[in-house]
Amino acid sequence: MTAMASGDVPRFARGVRFRFDEVRGRWVLLSPEHLSLPDEHAVAVLQLVDGERTVADIAEMLARRFEAPAGMILADVLAMLDGLRAQGRVAR
Amino acid sequence: MSLLAELTHRCPLSCPYCSNPLTLDAPAGELSTAEWCDLFDQAAALGVLQLHLSGGEPMARRDLPALVSHAARAGLYTNLITSGVHLTADRARELAAAGLDHLQLSFQHADAAEADRIGGMRGAHGRKLEAAAHARAAGIPLTVNLVVHRQNIGAIAAVAAMAAALGAGRLEVAHVQYYGWGLLNRASLLPDAAELAAATAAVEAARAAHAGRMLIDYVTPDYHADRPKPCMGGWGRRFLNITPSGRALPCHAAETIPGLDFPSVRDQALAAIWRDDPAFHRFRGTEWMPDTCRSCDRRELDWGGCRCQALALAGDAAAMDPVCGRSDRHHVVRAAVADRPGLPPPFRYRQAPGRVAAGG
Ligand code: SF4
Ligand code: SF4
Repeated sequence: MTAMASGDVPRFARGVRFRFDEVRGRWVLLSPEHLSLPDEHAVAVLQLVDGERTVADIAEMLARRFEAPAGMILADVLAMLDGLRAQGRVAR
Repeated sequence: MSLLAELTHRCPLSCPYCSNPLTLDAPAGELSTAEWCDLFDQAAALGVLQLHLSGGEPMARRDLPALVSHAARAGLYTNLITSGVHLTADRARELAAAGLDHLQLSFQHADAAEADRIGGMRGAHGRKLEAAAHARAAGIPLTVNLVVHRQNIGAIAAVAAMAAALGAGRLEVAHVQYYGWGLLNRASLLPDAAELAAATAAVEAARAAHAGRMLIDYVTPDYHADRPKPCMGGWGRRFLNITPSGRALPCHAAETIPGLDFPSVRDQALAAIWRDDPAFHRFRGTEWMPDTCRSCDRRELDWGGCRCQALALAGDAAAMDPVCGRSDRHHVVRAAVADRPGLPPPFRYRQAPGRVAAGG
């Protein structure tokens, strides 16, 4: 399995739901046997995952929003999405 | 936090390791549609995120689509745990439209005759294959579940290939847990060390073969370990089981423990049960533990293991799980493996709710 690349289009894997939980006041990532509470950086990325944007698009949007160097953001976004890909939460 | 709703104990199959209790709830006492819906609302408000609709066979409930759509509207991630034998194309579409997030389909083997023999229902395997196709056609994400034991442990590679061909995104291979029906049939189910090693190798090989297409989760067996598993993630910590007639349990086998009175959701609010009920407090946290556990650095990792297993094997639900090598009853676990009969005795199958199997 090759790692996530900047041209890949990430989407949530089948059966995985990312939503805001009112009770906890936090975003949650849900699948049948797993539950995680992504931190705010991950939430910012995952909110942009729509099955159409590439990883590069997402990184560019975040770089603009946080006024941070695009290269650094891209590396972070790739690492994070690739981690979720390895766990089967995100596909491409 | 997750909630498992045993909608009914009715089931056309009779798996010899079924997690339902030996004495099944009668259909007449089952919670009504309105009672389940109210419970789902309470669960969502309490912070439950995942709802597992199980049984018995949950599809034996005619109101299943209504229950799914209510749960989905309450914001719960809704997973249906089914044998699949009642899942037609129409019902799959109906459930998908109701907002079902995921379906977990159980298989007994990759070979139809063996599968039907183990599950105790002729023709079940063929209907499961159709069910998987209907689920996928309706766009419902699918997990194939295989409970492994000495009579199907060689079939892991074949089941993995079958699951992948059926379009499952995930395969769960889980060893039998030995309480209730599983304990009754232990001699017919328990693998030996060589069989277990081969099974673990088969899981690893299947993971490599299906990498990137199908995720494989593996639940290892207790009896060959010397540290217990964190049963239910700890008593009353993040799991609730509701029986068909509405009793709330910290684990589905909890009713085997004598001296504990489990509350009914018909009498009390779910939040009050979760927070205050004495049965939910009985083994919560580390206070109740024997000294060996309380001073052990794994106490908040495994929470002392399974209470029902401690009861079954040590005769005391408040003892440490005898799977633990530090237990003075650990030899009981070793003996069960060592004394396993060379040939498996015939299965003792469960019968319709209300009766206990005659055995033999
Ligand atoms: S384990 Fe088998 S008998 Fe028990 S509820 Fe599931 S399908 Fe039915
Ligand atoms: S002593 Fe208790 S806490 Fe420690 S590993 Fe054994 S069962 Fe777990």
